Amino acid sequence: MKLFKRLIPWILLVFAFFILPVMADKDLFGFSQFRLNLFGRYFSLAFVALGIDLIWGYTGLLSLGQGIFFSLGGYAIAMHLLLVTKNDFTTGANGLPKFFENYGVDQLPFFWEPFWSFLVSIAAIFIVPSIVAGLVGYLIFRNRIKGVYFSIITQASLMVFYHFFNGQQKLVNGTNGLKTSTTEIFGLQAGSDDAQLLFYRITLILLPFAFLLCKYLTSGRFGDSLIGIRDDEPRLRFSGFNPTPFKVIVFIVAGALAGVSGALYTVQSGIVSPQFMSISMSIEMVIWVAVGGRGTLVGPILGAVVVNYLRSLVSEALPEAWLFVQGALFVFVVVLMPDGIYGWFTKGGFRAMLAAFGLAKKTATYPKLDLDESAQSESASA
Amino acid sequence: MSQTILDLDDVSVSFDGFYALTDLSFSLRPGELRSIIGPNGAGKTTFLDVITGKVRPTKGDVTLRGKSIVGLSEQKISRLGVGRKFQTPRVWENLTVQRNLELTASPNKNPFALLTETLSDVVKDEVFKIMEYVGLAPYAKWQAGSLSHGQKQWLAISMLVAQSPDIILLDEPVAGLTDEETSKTADLIKSLAGEHTVVVIEHDMEFIRDLGAPVTVLHQGQKLTEGMLEEVKADPRVIEVYLGESDDD
Repeated sequence: MKLFKRLIPWILLVFAFFILPVMADKDLFGFSQFRLNLFGRYFSLAFVALGIDLIWGYTGLLSLGQGIFFSLGGYAIAMHLLLVTKNDFTTGANGLPKFFENYGVDQLPFFWEPFWSFLVSIAAIFIVPSIVAGLVGYLIFRNRIKGVYFSIITQASLMVFYHFFNGQQKLVNGTNGLKTSTTEIFGLQAGSDDAQLLFYRITLILLPFAFLLCKYLTSGRFGDSLIGIRDDEPRLRFSGFNPTPFKVIVFIVAGALAGVSGALYTVQSGIVSPQFMSISMSIEMVIWVAVGGRGTLVGPILGAVVVNYLRSLVSEALPEAWLFVQGALFVFVVVLMPDGIYGWFTKGGFRAMLAAFGLAKKTATYPKLDLDESAQSESASA
Repeated sequence: MSQTILDLDDVSVSFDGFYALTDLSFSLRPGELRSIIGPNGAGKTTFLDVITGKVRPTKGDVTLRGKSIVGLSEQKISRLGVGRKFQTPRVWENLTVQRNLELTASPNKNPFALLTETLSDVVKDEVFKIMEYVGLAPYAKWQAGSLSHGQKQWLAISMLVAQSPDIILLDEPVAGLTDEETSKTADLIKSLAGEHTVVVIEHDMEFIRDLGAPVTVLHQGQKLTEGMLEEVKADPRVIEVYLGESDDD
C-alpha cells in the first residue's frame, strides 16, 4: 500500500506526459499543436541532458562539447531526409539537394553516399557521435587529463567542429545549415502537423528507454565505479581499476544520447545548423542538468523540460529578457539548490519551504524523527 | 629470490634534486609482518608511493616476486596483489559502506564485467563477514561520508581486506582511533599476517609494540636500522633521530 502511494504521482506524471500525448490526436486536452511541438523539442533535449548527467553528474567530468555530438546526430538525419526527398523545395535541377546548386556542386560529396539508406542513417545518428566521442575520449582520458583541462579541451573541440561546419558550404551548406521542414518522411512532409505529432510520439517512446539505459549503467557496481572516479579516482586505481575505459564508455554513451537528441530536435525544429555547435548552446545544456539536479536521472529530464519551457514562456512575454532570467536561474540554483530542483525536492526542501510559510509543521531535527509519532512518544516518555 | 616477495634494490627518489629516498634496499618475505617507523619527512609515504607505482624511482629497481614492477601503472601493480591504505582514510563518501566494500572486493575489475556480472554469493558473504568483524554491519546501508573518523579508518582497512591482496601496505592505520579501537586494529593486522604480507607505517609506539613485529627505522630517506622494537629503541642513533621521543611512551 505504501509502495502504491509512492507510485501514484509517478503514474500520473507518466500518464500526463507520455501516454496521453502518445494517444492524443491533434488539439486534444488543451495541448495545441504548437505546444505539442514545443514539448516534443524539450523532451528531445532531455536525451542530451541525460548524457551530460552521466559524464558530469556521475563521473565528475564537465563536458562543454556535447554540442558536437548533438549536431552530428542532427546532420545525420537531415542529410538522409534531404537525399531521399524529391520535391521542388528540396531537390535541385541535378537531382541533388537544392543547396548544392548555389555553390555549383554537381557531384555528391562521398560521405553523403551512405545516407541514402534509411537504416544506415538511423544507425549513424548514434554511431557517428559514438565514434567521435570514443576517439576524443580515449586520447583525453588515456593521458589522464581531467578537471578544468577536460572542459577546456571539449570546448576547444567544439569550436573546431563549429568552424569546420560553418566554413564548408560545398559539403554541408555552411552556416545556413540543412533545412528538414520541407523534406518528406514516411510519406509525410516533415514540417506538417501529422509528422510533428509522429516525432513527438517517437521522442516520448524513446525517452524511457534512454532513462532505463542510464539507470542500468548507474545502478550497479559500474555506476559505483563512476561515482568512485568522481569522488576519488586515485583510490580506484589503487584498488586495481583502470578508470580510462570507464570514462571512455560513459563519454561514448553520452555522445550517443546527444546524437539521438540532436536528430529528434532537428526534425522537430526543422533545421540543423552550426549554431547547434555554438559555445552557448553546449553551456546551456549543462545549465539544464545543474538546474534539474545532477547525479540523479530524473533531474536532467526535469531540467531540460522546465528550463526550456520557461524559456518559451519568458520569450513570449518579454522577448529580450530570457538571457537575464537564465543567468539568474543558474545563479539561484547554484547558490540555493546545489542539488538542483529534483535534489532539493527529494531532500525535503519543499517541506522546509511550506514550513517557512507556516503551511507545515516546523521540524527542529530531521523530519523523519520529528514527524514520526512513535519516535515522538519515545522521546516524550524518556 | 625465492624467499622474498618484494624487494627494493638501491632505490632513490628525487623530487627536483631533493632526495626523498636514498639508496634504500628493503625486502619482505611472504607472510611477514613488518612495521616501519621514522620521524616526519623520513620518506615513509614515498616508500609506499614507489611500491604502489604512484612515484617512479629515479634510480634502482623494485621487484615483486622477482619481476620488476617499475613503470607499471597503479592499477596493474594493484592487480598483481599490492593493496594500500592511505594516511587519511580514503573511502568513497557517496557510496554506502557495503558498496564501498563490494566494489573493492570485485574479482573482475573491467567495466563490462562490472556491468554484466552480479557479485557471487561467496564474495557477498565475505563482505558481510568483514563488516561483522569490524562492527560496521549495522552501518552497511549508510553512506560512508556519514561515518565517524574511526569508522572510516576501519572501512578503509576493511576495503583492503576485501580486496585481499598478497601484500597489504597500511599507512597510519590507527591515526585518530581510540585505545580500544587501536588494540582491536592490532589484533586484526596480526590475524592478516601469515596469509598476507603486511607492512605497517605508524607513529604510535604502543601500537607498534602490540604488533610485536620486526621494525625498520627510516631516516632522511635511508634505512637507519632494523630489528625488534626493544633492540631498535636501544640503538643510540634511533634515540638521536627521535631526540629522546621514543622514551616517552
